[in-house]
Amino acid sequence: MSGAFRIPGAGRLKQAKTARFNFDGQSYTGIEGDTLASALLANGVHLVGRSFKYHRPRGILSAGAEEPNALVEIKRDAARKTPNVRATVQELYDGLEAQSQNRWPSLSFDVGAVNDIASPLFSAGFYYKTFMWPKAAWKSLYEPKIRAAAGLGISPDKPDPDHYSSRYAHCDVLVLGGGAAGIAAALAAAETGVRVILADEQAEFGGSLRFETGAGIDGQYGFAWAQAAIARLQGMDNVRVLPRTTAFGYYAQNFVGLVERVSDHLSAPGHDLPRERLWQVRAKRVVLASGAIERHMVFADNDRPGIMLAGSARTYLNHYGVAVGKNVGVYTANDSAYAAAIDLKKAGVNVAAIVDLRDHPTGPVIDEARALGIEVNFGRAVIRAGGKLRVSSMTVQPKNGGGERTIPVDAILMSAGWTPSVHLFSQSRGKVAFNDETKRFVPGTYAQDCVSVGACNGTDGLSATIDEAYAAGEKAAKDAAAKTAKSNKPKVDASESWSRGMLGAAPGAGPDTTVKAFVDFQNDVTAKDIRQAVHEGMRSIEHVKRFTTNGMATDQGKTSNMHGLAIAAEVLGKPIPEVGLTTFRAPYTPVTFGAIVSHARGPLFDPTRKTAIHPWGEAQGAVFEDVGQWKRAWYFPKGGEDMHAAVDRECVAVRKTAGLFDASTLGKIEVVGPDAAKFMELLYTNPWEKLEPGRCRYGIMLREDGFIYDDGVVGRLAPDRFHVTTTTGGAPRVMNHMEDYLQTEFPQLNVWLTSITEQWAVIAVQGPKSRDIIAPLVEGIDMSDEALPHMSVREGKICGVPTRLFRMSFTGERGFEVNVPADYGQAVWEALWAEGQKHGAAAYGTEAMHVLRAEKGYIIVGQDTDGTVTPNDAALDWAVGKKKADFVGIRGMARPDLVAKGRKQLVGLKTKDPKVVLEEGAQIVEDPKQAIPMKMIGHVTSSYWSENCGRSIALALVAGGRDRMGDTLYVPMPNGVIEVEVSGMVFFDETGGRLNG
Amino acid sequence: MLLIRCPYCEEERPELEFRNAGEAHIARSANMAGESDDDFEKFFFIRSNPKGIIYERWRHMHGCARFFNAVRDTVTDKFIMTYRAGEPKPSKLPIISNEVVAK
Repeated sequence: MSGAFRIPGAGRLKQAKTARFNFDGQSYTGIEGDTLASALLANGVHLVGRSFKYHRPRGILSAGAEEPNALVEIKRDAARKTPNVRATVQELYDGLEAQSQNRWPSLSFDVGAVNDIASPLFSAGFYYKTFMWPKAAWKSLYEPKIRAAAGLGISPDKPDPDHYSSRYAHCDVLVLGGGAAGIAAALAAAETGVRVILADEQAEFGGSLRFETGAGIDGQYGFAWAQAAIARLQGMDNVRVLPRTTAFGYYAQNFVGLVERVSDHLSAPGHDLPRERLWQVRAKRVVLASGAIERHMVFADNDRPGIMLAGSARTYLNHYGVAVGKNVGVYTANDSAYAAAIDLKKAGVNVAAIVDLRDHPTGPVIDEARALGIEVNFGRAVIRAGGKLRVSSMTVQPKNGGGERTIPVDAILMSAGWTPSVHLFSQSRGKVAFNDETKRFVPGTYAQDCVSVGACNGTDGLSATIDEAYAAGEKAAKDAAAKTAKSNKPKVDASESWSRGMLGAAPGAGPDTTVKAFVDFQNDVTAKDIRQAVHEGMRSIEHVKRFTTNGMATDQGKTSNMHGLAIAAEVLGKPIPEVGLTTFRAPYTPVTFGAIVSHARGPLFDPTRKTAIHPWGEAQGAVFEDVGQWKRAWYFPKGGEDMHAAVDRECVAVRKTAGLFDASTLGKIEVVGPDAAKFMELLYTNPWEKLEPGRCRYGIMLREDGFIYDDGVVGRLAPDRFHVTTTTGGAPRVMNHMEDYLQTEFPQLNVWLTSITEQWAVIAVQGPKSRDIIAPLVEGIDMSDEALPHMSVREGKICGVPTRLFRMSFTGERGFEVNVPADYGQAVWEALWAEGQKHGAAAYGTEAMHVLRAEKGYIIVGQDTDGTVTPNDAALDWAVGKKKADFVGIRGMARPDLVAKGRKQLVGLKTKDPKVVLEEGAQIVEDPKQAIPMKMIGHVTSSYWSENCGRSIALALVAGGRDRMGDTLYVPMPNGVIEVEVSGMVFFDETGGRLNG
Repeated sequence: MLLIRCPYCEEERPELEFRNAGEAHIARSANMAGESDDDFEKFFFIRSNPKGIIYERWRHMHGCARFFNAVRDTVTDKFIMTYRAGEPKPSKLPIISNEVVAK
């Protein structure tokens, strides 16, 4: 048995296919095709949660995405816990486990419900008024308490084990919403052959045809027609049909974001299935067929479990075969609720009474209700609901006052009318217009190539809807791809129709009352709160919204916005359009982070770049560090060495014998062409015209502002060919900078730029034995000092493969950088390593590289400079061509502040105690005894233990630093003040003899 | 995500392929070294930041890699037109309505 409230013969689910599930520890049985909400209702469960602020018992209000109350936690395992799932959207699967939220110790007895009794304390804006003083209490007391008490549901505390997928799609016509309108539009467009995507948030297409028993199209019942039409569309090659797919955001130029729920409805989803799929669709035309959402009636205690929207009760009956009660009352201000009463009555449910706020309504549904023997009351209001955990009665009174009458009921179906879903239209930046006659906001001025059809456009009646939607589908296909087809418009045989209704509070919940008549169920906002906000000075609807939080919950006010607006307008004494509507924003319904992030997490968050020599380092047990996207060997620990021991050994080995270093990550750009030298003259501070082919130069690149942007050694391979190296991190922006000037400022220069970073692996061999290691493997290059002096480059072969062999040094030792095509990188490295072993060479990593260069005072751009350092500040004036008429930065460098005295200059620092290593970033002061805040005159940029110097060394930017040589300065640290002496930047081999030694 | 027309590829491509590169039509002086402090300030620091029509540079970074110029409305975020680098600032702009009139 799938529930006592399941009505035999009603609904469309197959009774045989049962599914067991568990809610708050109790097990129930439902049917495949149920939502969690319909399965709970079938078992007579209405109480499913506690409200956000007052902890009031709450039931199921709706049968769709607009649900504000029935939010539960769905749990698959310890890591798969999803809070705030709408029970009306969650499809049932066998073994589903759900829990209610926001209650303790249990759903039926919740201590937090004391808030309901104390509710006068918690009226609109109470946070702003109550937690004002003392100021200090905010951080220590109020905020932690509020945070603990606030919020709905519990966030999962483990990493999400599911995977998500994402796709881009293009189409001619995108139809959003798969009710009668959407299907008709999709059919019209699809028949022309254009590419169509049709999406609907429900598992089954049909929209309101799911509950309308009075709809007939092409000789079929509405819902059956919808299924046949969808089957046809699915069979067409040019159509993609996406069920369980919500269009959550409408962005610029018809770019629409959709989320497809792929496996949340499955009992045991396969590991190959993503949980959700993000669709980013670019459509030439968009047809919005998002329907309308029914509004509740605003009366006292209208939130009691068992009180729900009339159309939803009809859905539960006609689609799921579930009666929402045994003895229901109906409270309405329009015709549509009559249809619900009639359907339930015909299914054998007692309808205690229909209470209609209107004075003299007429129409076939009213006649039919009466003919069925249902008591119908006009001009009356339900002024209060009885019961607590479940509604037990409704109290009726003539709307202008008079005698009360209480009618026992176990459910109340209500309808204040239908609100067109203009969310996506509004997100597209379209402007809504208020129709004063029907009291609805409908699409007014369009901002994008889209069209609204059916209920979301304020179109009433199935015939009018199909006419409008079909025509719109045909036109969209024609506009998008100039295609037409013979019209095959569905023929409407029978139709239900209604409109109108009422906005705002119903009688009995008016300004003179203090009852809790809820406008926004999810944020516990009552009619009284909204009036109070206006009384307290909120004039704009945006302010009313924020002060009361009306419409700010995860349902974004789908049921509440219009009521809230009408109540505010009434108090303000202004017509509704003058008060205005709050802005609709994406997402339409909550979207998981998983869907947005998709595959871009963990190792796929950002690309990882590895050099050709990386596997060798891994095999040697190198420790790697991240440098931008690169993985670089940091140090190579041997036999249980810690980092310090390894780095010390590597540094000593380089200066004693030799070291091998993987420098492949260096940025490399080839500058080629007849004007290559001219271009280099303009982009670097140095002179290049006279650099002979085969020689190298250390280049400095500035930005136009005169500050150092990048540096690197440049080799001139031929008169028209430069091999430029850049910093590892700077390569892309240097390339962009060069391209920018070449394309836009110096387009007359005949030059090509090619990034060759990935093409060449670079092996630095540095140290006194470096030449001995390389020479045996090299062909066609004279390796003598005369033929290949420091700062020169030759092309030849090494290990039989082409090489660009640079004689250069970033260590101060005799050194080479062997460039080979990246595919040969590891092989050549291994050959050099074998040679190196004969001489006792070591592999060294980036940490040793940093220490060795700092021993020589070679700067690292981005570490010793920070974008505010000029060549002069860095003591690199010698690299600026004094006779040059122009280069990028020539004018910026001469700005008054950049040539003023007292600028921070790069200097060396030696701690008085040689064993103390300064902290990089530490601040430097002249007088450590001065009052705090001290005047800081500079900071440490690089600092290391130098085993070769037998002491610590540091570089620092210090105001007027070069005039302070030998001065004592101080570095105040938490554990005491460190005394330092200002020195030159070269700590090892000051004369530079070892470059040739 | 916007669609931007690359005047070199002569195609509309998604915004992801492009990078903004600041205001357009700010000429670098042929005699840069001789610029006065005031002129350099105007050239390097001062930008128009209008509410409405802006002339700016874009680069088709992940496409043809060319820099080009665009006219964009900063209020509606709509691109009015794009044209190649080096072409003069357009004297007349095509009229593009900010609103598509309903059906």
